[in-house]
Amino acid sequence: MAILAEPSVATIKRTSMWSSAFQSRHFLGAMFMVPAVTILVLFLAYPLALGFWLGLTDTKIGGAGRFIGMANFVSLAKDSVFWLSVFNTIFYTVTASAVKFAIGLYLALLLNERLPLQSMIRAIVLLPFVVPTVLSAIAFWWIYDSQFSIISWVLVKSGLITRYIEFLGEPWNARWSVVAANVWRGVPFVAITLLAGLQTISPSLYEAANLDGATNWQRFRHITLPMLSPIIAVVMTFSVLMTFTDFQLIYTITRGGPINATHLMATLSFQRAITGGNLGEGAAISNAMIPFLVAAILLSFFGLQRSRWQQGGRD
Amino acid sequence: MTTVDDQTVGMSYLESWPRKLLRVYLPLGLIMFFLLFPFYWMVVTTFKPDAEMYDYEKFNPFWVAHPTFEHIKKLFLETDYPQWMWNTVIVSVSSTFISLFASVCAAYAIERLRYKGSRYVGLAIFLGYLVPPSILFIPLAAIVFQLGLFDGNLALILTYPTFLIPFCTWLLMGYFRTIPYELEECALIDGATRLQILTKITLPLSLPGVISAGIFAFTLSWNEFIYALTFISSSENKTIPVGAITELVNGDVYHWGALMAAALTGSIPVVILYSFFVEYYVSAMTGAVKE
Repeated sequence: MAILAEPSVATIKRTSMWSSAFQSRHFLGAMFMVPAVTILVLFLAYPLALGFWLGLTDTKIGGAGRFIGMANFVSLAKDSVFWLSVFNTIFYTVTASAVKFAIGLYLALLLNERLPLQSMIRAIVLLPFVVPTVLSAIAFWWIYDSQFSIISWVLVKSGLITRYIEFLGEPWNARWSVVAANVWRGVPFVAITLLAGLQTISPSLYEAANLDGATNWQRFRHITLPMLSPIIAVVMTFSVLMTFTDFQLIYTITRGGPINATHLMATLSFQRAITGGNLGEGAAISNAMIPFLVAAILLSFFGLQRSRWQQGGRD
Repeated sequence: MTTVDDQTVGMSYLESWPRKLLRVYLPLGLIMFFLLFPFYWMVVTTFKPDAEMYDYEKFNPFWVAHPTFEHIKKLFLETDYPQWMWNTVIVSVSSTFISLFASVCAAYAIERLRYKGSRYVGLAIFLGYLVPPSILFIPLAAIVFQLGLFDGNLALILTYPTFLIPFCTWLLMGYFRTIPYELEECALIDGATRLQILTKITLPLSLPGVISAGIFAFTLSWNEFIYALTFISSSENKTIPVGAITELVNGDVYHWGALMAAALTGSIPVVILYSFFVEYYVSAMTGAVKE
């Protein structure tokens, strides 16, 4: 990571020279920002604000709504399906993120070893992240098929089970099945990013630890983990953010079923707002996700701060 | 950031073969199997005739006894799949170029013109990167409808940049920061305009960054689902992910062969692109997190 040193004398000289070279730096800067700002304000900031507003109205598709205050939230608070989706979202996020972190870190450590065909293995590992999620989710859907599941077939053939597993027909099976698909998709991102972090750790630290007689576990615990912790914080924040707001996997594999057992807040808001036509109610569900997201972003912010401190930079 | 050579574990050469096999290759092999199996299953199902697909007793499910192009043929000739692919290409290419143009300008202005308040704009753009599409699609649907863009490629071309621009800008800011100021100062003294500096000095020097951002943006928009699902209703305007999941399933009859063929052929373009630019892709992915 490049951190520009900014010696004060040079900065003063530079600013004066630059401003004399081009008086209207601020004006030019504003002009350069026009394309990005136009798109982001119109299609990011405005919808974000509109979403807050919609959550307070009873807008339906194809009709203007009126302001009804907190009524959407009051009715959601009494809605057992909504609370089930909150539970599912938290369960999905916590289990999937924990497993992704464990496997991802383990895989990163394995890939950091000396291996033949190293770069090719790394490229292959990232494939699940590259391929369109919906398309790989369709493959999982087929793997979880109740009649033709290949997993069931193998288990039955090897004598471990006698009946085919209802992967998507039973609530807890379905929850674990979508968690597994999410882990499959998320592990490469965690592993490759942590691997990039591992490669910045100086080998001399390990050599010193070896001379002091450190065991493998001590080297991991006292060198690898502390050196990696800033990037772990950021990667896991991103991972939690993506898992919490996941939509594609659930929509493809279960559509929230069986009996809403896998509905996440995102898929429930889609069902209420787009399929059911109640834009206002759907927006209220989306808004209920925001406190969790803000918490995740704050966590990321502190993670970033720590990384700067660890690298001795101040910017 | 410095990349250290492979010798992170200082004395690994002392390790014996069987130990390394157990400690490294076996777990690595298992994880790789877990990561690759769905792709293998996708390929096998695509080329399996229906008779084999639904009969595990007579035919070994892990192999294709009589490979067939039936499913792919059906997909390309009897469905709107070619049209979906065309839509996906148009949408991905246009939104990537729009985003790259806007991001190059924005990143240059924030990093190099350093106008008043540029720091805060940079931070705001980073925060925009963290706003997930799943909380934006409902209000965006209302806006898209009001603007009369509903059910058209333009709806996607204009909304995809909302998640591409923050990402690309953030990545390019990191690249622009590594280019020495002195180069630009020399050009300024020689009488170059800002636009000339950007196109003749900054851009060529940060070409890897631009390629990284472009590749990543292209795959992100190729893979996008929730906006395309919400803003598009007629079959001929759909993208591959949406078309596959909504049009290839007729009620309770799942055409697994055609579905897997769609999954496979819809993945291949991004995989090919990715395989040519792995390094750029990885640097975009890790760079955006680490910067």
